[in-house]
Amino acid sequence: MSTLTALARARAVASAVAQPISTVRHVHVSDRPLVLIPLALAGEASAPLAAMVGDDPGSARLLVVAQPRNRDQRFAFAAGLATVILGYIDTFRSAVEDASSGADREPRQRFADAPQVLVPNRAGIGFVRLLGRSTRFRRSDGEYAVDPAVPVLGRWLTFLAERAEYPGSCLLLAATEALALHWASGQSPVEDLNLAALLGWVDPPSGMTGPEAAAAAEDPLTCPPAGPATDPTFDNEVLAPLIAACARADGDAAAHRAEASLRAALSGQLTPTWKLMWRAVGLLRGLPPGGRVAPRWDADKDAFTGYVTYLGEGGPPQPRRDSAVAAARRLDWLERAQAGYAIQRALDDPLVMAEYRMTGEAFAGTVTAAEPGRIDGTGRRRKLRPLITVTTEDPVRIEAGTVLSTPGRPGQKALVVSVYAGRPARVVLELSGGMGRALIPVPGSVPEVGDRLCYTALSDSYQRSWPFPAREQTPWTHGGPPPEYVPADEDASEVWS
Amino acid sequence: MTIEARLDHIRGAVPPRNHNARTIAALTSNPGCARRAIMDAAGVDKQRLASCAGFPAPFGQSQFAITRGNAFEAQVKANGCAELLRLLREGLGLPLPEVSYADLEEVGGNTSRELRHSRTRGLLARAAASGADAGTLFDHPLLRLAVAGQQVYLEPDLIAFRLHGQFHVVEMKSFAVIDGQADGDKVAAAATQSAVYVLALRELLAGEGYGPDTVSHEAVLVCPENFSNAPVATLVDVRKQLTVLRRQLSRLEHIDSLVELLPPGLTLDLKADEAGVAGRPPAELAGAIRTVPARYVPECLATCEMCYFCREEARGATATLGRDVRDDLGAVETVHAALGLADGTLDPADDLAEAAAMLQVAARLRREALGGTA
Repeated sequence: MSTLTALARARAVASAVAQPISTVRHVHVSDRPLVLIPLALAGEASAPLAAMVGDDPGSARLLVVAQPRNRDQRFAFAAGLATVILGYIDTFRSAVEDASSGADREPRQRFADAPQVLVPNRAGIGFVRLLGRSTRFRRSDGEYAVDPAVPVLGRWLTFLAERAEYPGSCLLLAATEALALHWASGQSPVEDLNLAALLGWVDPPSGMTGPEAAAAAEDPLTCPPAGPATDPTFDNEVLAPLIAACARADGDAAAHRAEASLRAALSGQLTPTWKLMWRAVGLLRGLPPGGRVAPRWDADKDAFTGYVTYLGEGGPPQPRRDSAVAAARRLDWLERAQAGYAIQRALDDPLVMAEYRMTGEAFAGTVTAAEPGRIDGTGRRRKLRPLITVTTEDPVRIEAGTVLSTPGRPGQKALVVSVYAGRPARVVLELSGGMGRALIPVPGSVPEVGDRLCYTALSDSYQRSWPFPAREQTPWTHGGPPPEYVPADEDASEVWS
Repeated sequence: MTIEARLDHIRGAVPPRNHNARTIAALTSNPGCARRAIMDAAGVDKQRLASCAGFPAPFGQSQFAITRGNAFEAQVKANGCAELLRLLREGLGLPLPEVSYADLEEVGGNTSRELRHSRTRGLLARAAASGADAGTLFDHPLLRLAVAGQQVYLEPDLIAFRLHGQFHVVEMKSFAVIDGQADGDKVAAAATQSAVYVLALRELLAGEGYGPDTVSHEAVLVCPENFSNAPVATLVDVRKQLTVLRRQLSRLEHIDSLVELLPPGLTLDLKADEAGVAGRPPAELAGAIRTVPARYVPECLATCEMCYFCREEARGATATLGRDVRDDLGAVETVHAALGLADGTLDPADDLAEAAAMLQVAARLRREALGGTA
């Protein structure tokens, strides 16, 4: 949250429609995402009740568990979901592309695209994580055998849920969060968790204002919740009698009828959200992508390729809890990804950069003086070091000696020589790099008087990771090397009730 | 008029609502709200009131959740709490001796609250007096707590036992602990409810001359483990919750200062007829409610039955956008004023000069980035 976003929310209230808080799209939107809307039975840790899933807005697949407390039916549901999700993932495992980078690196290939799963909200990501946890340790042989696809589904769901924690990753996205990254509604962040209400603010149906659409979205009769939690009144008045009827049904015909009614009721709960999901996809697609979205998606493709390889080599399922080294490495990764992601968005998007201009970590202004041919002759070698003066209205909190850069000129550094605080403030910068090898700058490589530029100390250059010990060298302070994973009977037979 | 009489008049001609640990815990979520404090002190049925004023609360409980909760509790308590004992001994390593089980839900077939409370009091006092651990699990002890100067009975939903001279509170919840982790919000809510029980138990024993140390601040939380129905026990330290709870309850003790500010003769009576149908026009009722100042924040949506009413009333206030947004707007009260300051159409008072300057920079930056459209 920031004053800029807060102001956008205030404007949204006054104008009765959501306001943009970005000028470009910061998430990757696949040409063919898989929308997954899970519903869970109230009161249970992870009891799937139904799911609507598919990669085509025109044909949703509905999976239903007629007896949510029946173990066999749960695994049948997991197997059904595995058919859809693994089938979808498989379509990305043929086309490859060259991913060699750097001159001396080994040639490397990765899959040319990766799957993208979209759920309505953060709780949907939680459901994916828990369903992954309850299925990934299962076995397809022995006493507690399940469909062979079930443990594979569990690993993929866990992979997706873990990946969703990485800032900037787009393999598994919550629609509410993707929308809230680009628009500020006129309601609180708590209310933004409701997909229908948030979409109501962003794109109100014709003839309605944002707040009217959001209010309509709060009536569970006309607008069922986007899951995984269901509406309690629906549970008590519709779902419970239908589940009881399924249990009571005597004979195939009666069972078929009872299940058809249950499916119809659950379809009625899910279809409105299905439509909202694709509307959200359409709205996000309508935004122009930021310049660093594609490189971040490349990292997602790398992660996807890596996990396909890992599974192909027979890697074990993700552990219940990270070992000491794995946890430290993950934390380091998350911290660096978080910082990098924030900076990348700022460099892609002037409106995000404005956040840093508010706090004085960046400033934008007009070049009011320039000495493009200035030579620094103090060292052994004469060097081209042009000076420019930028005049800005922004509150500058950058000190002399800081090295800055500007988003449009990534190869050029600007050393702050002096800052004349005041309104407007004047900043004198000494430029180096990106001007050719001669002592006369290449035309256009030095900003001219009248140019408008934004300078900041933020940089998304690669940060080296902290070296971590190998797994077998985990120090005794951290419990020593963790035991190897050995599939245990109790994992496969774990109760899921 | 005494404060009790005024609160009775505010509530109207219906018996006061009973508190339970959940409602008392909810008191701590928005301590600055006088409306909630007064309605709770008077024992108003907020659910019904909100409904009659035209803003029914968005709360309901699924029968699946209720069934699951009851089944889990029954399982843990089956056979004289055999499962619970096993958890306490093996899971937490408590050296519990051979114990007996005493259900205090009724006294010789009589379920009167006074009788049950006095029996609870007698049994617990005797257990506290006996030097050795008495070796009894007390189920459904009926406790009492002073809320807003009135003694309220707590619907019992716990088991208490004594070990090493200290009573412990056991609370059963049906949310799952998966690989050692549970939903943080749910654990926090359970901890606050346990704190209510600890406080009530301490109050009861204080009446018998025992100090607060007689009741442990570590409550035992029993939840299903992973995806099964098998229970697992965890110790939860509720000291922080106890502090918050005590502060909020002591604030309710001073409810008279809040009541004094209300118009004399104020009543929230629904004027229900014999069939229970409210006869008071919603608009008139809403007018009466509005005379009691509220402090709406979006968090109310999860805890208070009056939330939709208060949210509608607070429309246009920056507080409806959340505490962070309000702070980021320089704590300006209304959206209208914040925008006025940002656009320079409103002259800031001295104390808002800094906020106004910040809002104007923000407005300029948005204009620059969005090309004058914002």
